[in-house]
Amino acid sequence: MTEFIVKRLLQALLVLAVMTVLVFFGVNVIGNPVYIFASSECDQPCLDAIIKDLGLDRPIWEQYWVFIGNLLQGDLGNSFTHGVPAMSLIWQRLPATLELAFCALVIALTVGLPLGVAAGLRPTHWTSRVIMGFSMIAFSVPIFWIGLIMIIVFSVSLGWMPAVGRGDTVDILGVDLSLFTLDGLHHLAMPAFTLSLIMMAMVIRLTRAGMREVLFSDYIKFARANGIRERRILTLHVMRNILIPIVTVLGMEFGGVIAFAVVVESIFSWPGVGKMLIDAIAVLDRPLIVAYLIFVVIMFVTLNLITDIIYSLLDPRVRLGGNSS
Amino acid sequence: MTAPPVLEVKNLNTSFLLPIGEVRALRDISFDVRRGEILGLVGESGSGKSITGFSINGLLSPPGQVMSGSIRLHGQEITGLTPAAMRQLRGAKIAMVFQDPMMTLNPVLKISLQMGDALRAHARLSEREARARSIAALEEVGIPAPEERLDAFPHQLSGGMRQRVAVAIALLHEPDLVIMDEPTTALDVTIQGQILALVQRLCRERGTALIWITHDLAVVAGIADRILVMYAGRIVEDGTIDELLDTPAHPYTRGLIDSVPTREQRGSRLRQIPGRMPALTDIPEGCTFRPRCSFATDACAAPQEMRSLGTRLVRCCHPLTEVSA
Repeated sequence: MTEFIVKRLLQALLVLAVMTVLVFFGVNVIGNPVYIFASSECDQPCLDAIIKDLGLDRPIWEQYWVFIGNLLQGDLGNSFTHGVPAMSLIWQRLPATLELAFCALVIALTVGLPLGVAAGLRPTHWTSRVIMGFSMIAFSVPIFWIGLIMIIVFSVSLGWMPAVGRGDTVDILGVDLSLFTLDGLHHLAMPAFTLSLIMMAMVIRLTRAGMREVLFSDYIKFARANGIRERRILTLHVMRNILIPIVTVLGMEFGGVIAFAVVVESIFSWPGVGKMLIDAIAVLDRPLIVAYLIFVVIMFVTLNLITDIIYSLLDPRVRLGGNSS
Repeated sequence: MTAPPVLEVKNLNTSFLLPIGEVRALRDISFDVRRGEILGLVGESGSGKSITGFSINGLLSPPGQVMSGSIRLHGQEITGLTPAAMRQLRGAKIAMVFQDPMMTLNPVLKISLQMGDALRAHARLSEREARARSIAALEEVGIPAPEERLDAFPHQLSGGMRQRVAVAIALLHEPDLVIMDEPTTALDVTIQGQILALVQRLCRERGTALIWITHDLAVVAGIADRILVMYAGRIVEDGTIDELLDTPAHPYTRGLIDSVPTREQRGSRLRQIPGRMPALTDIPEGCTFRPRCSFATDACAAPQEMRSLGTRLVRCCHPLTEVSA
């Protein structure tokens, strides 16, 4: 196990190194942030001063070198627009995104698993067709469209739901969360549901496919032949087997959900890191963009590691590191 | 002899209701099993052996369905029972063991949990009581260090060990009837012999009625009291082990016996039954074995009823015992 984790961390470092090159040089290709910061009256000496101030007058490889040096000391640079360390901005915004993504995951599982089980139990029944139709739509319709329609219906026409913001937050261990206030939950509902749709569709499909496979296996027949109650068979004997692929896929998907919460956060003006990234791109705030992308890479690597560990706990046949005990 | 047989099956008809129409898998199956009796159910793949087993314990998977006939357990009719009532019987009164020990145990659950669930399906037990009974059951089937094995996952045990565990689980509640569906087919011959001896001993000790399903006449020859030979969904011969093996009456039984390699035939060509069993959708009129039978005459084109020849039953209009006499 330890050996596996160490190997994984080394791999992660390599991925990170490659990533910094791509991100750093990639961001330098798009636009010149100086023109965005400088006012229209700024003449050439004034522009030069700004360029020098930001360190953009030096050759790009030298900039990269400075960047790496700072990175090794845990410093990802200051945001051009906010003038504060980029990481502090990310940490400040992250709880909102994590909260959103976590709620989306919970919704996807609590709705998706039962629907998938129902569809798997009676695959030819009309309810099964409705469920599978729903998952198909959830999977294929763009979520920004669904988000907008929900705002039109529930916020604009019916006036039931707030369309923007986090609502009231409470301070839990130094982090502001909407999850624990009624108003916050009210604000959270629509964006979290919107963000959960793709994961939900995936959970439904994986659960149904798993049910069709596991239900006809000999070990389930044997469990039934021993008179074990159907409820117990479904919730434990079948479910434990089905969860293996679901955990794998969701583990990988969850990183994506956090990284690409961008769309949902923009629509619902949810003040998370996704919204921050969009704003940073709009003003070419290079350090913030780079810091965010590197942060995302680290998050993906960590999530994959966690997924592998959960996977090995669920499936005893998998022993991390290759050699069995 | 006053007590009714453990199991009485009368005119059992089982069909698969497919979109192309009704496919009759079992036709007019009738037999009894008495307390302590070992009944061998022999036939080729697709002859309906396993379907017979699943018809008895109510685990036919749709679209399979018992169409008519009666199945009595200790004189009590069980064909019309509710699913809940059937569950009460399974494991407690009727147990079943399957062919592939690699597949009969749930791969992601510990042995202790699978045994515990089977125990608690029919008894209220504390965790400790369940564990004690599981250990005793594993000891009885000859598993060394049962306490350690109890905390193992199935993949950590060999095939023979797994089948012993399956047998132990099936016998947990001392059922009146055990159906063994080719339990030794997937095992090495030495292990096969051990399992055979084990099951025979346990059933004799407890007076358990046993139905041993196999395609291999040689396997049941050593342990069965009586043998049923099945062909294309029908019983074609029913007799005691001695008369059936020494003087088979049905040409198909003869063919099966001849297909077993023996020392006497060494060097000579192994005799085999020409052709193959007809598909259930394409059963010939009259005697179903007629197309493959070297003794077939015009009389065979008429439907064959079970005929009584002394103590045995045979479905053939000119049994071999009469031809040779």
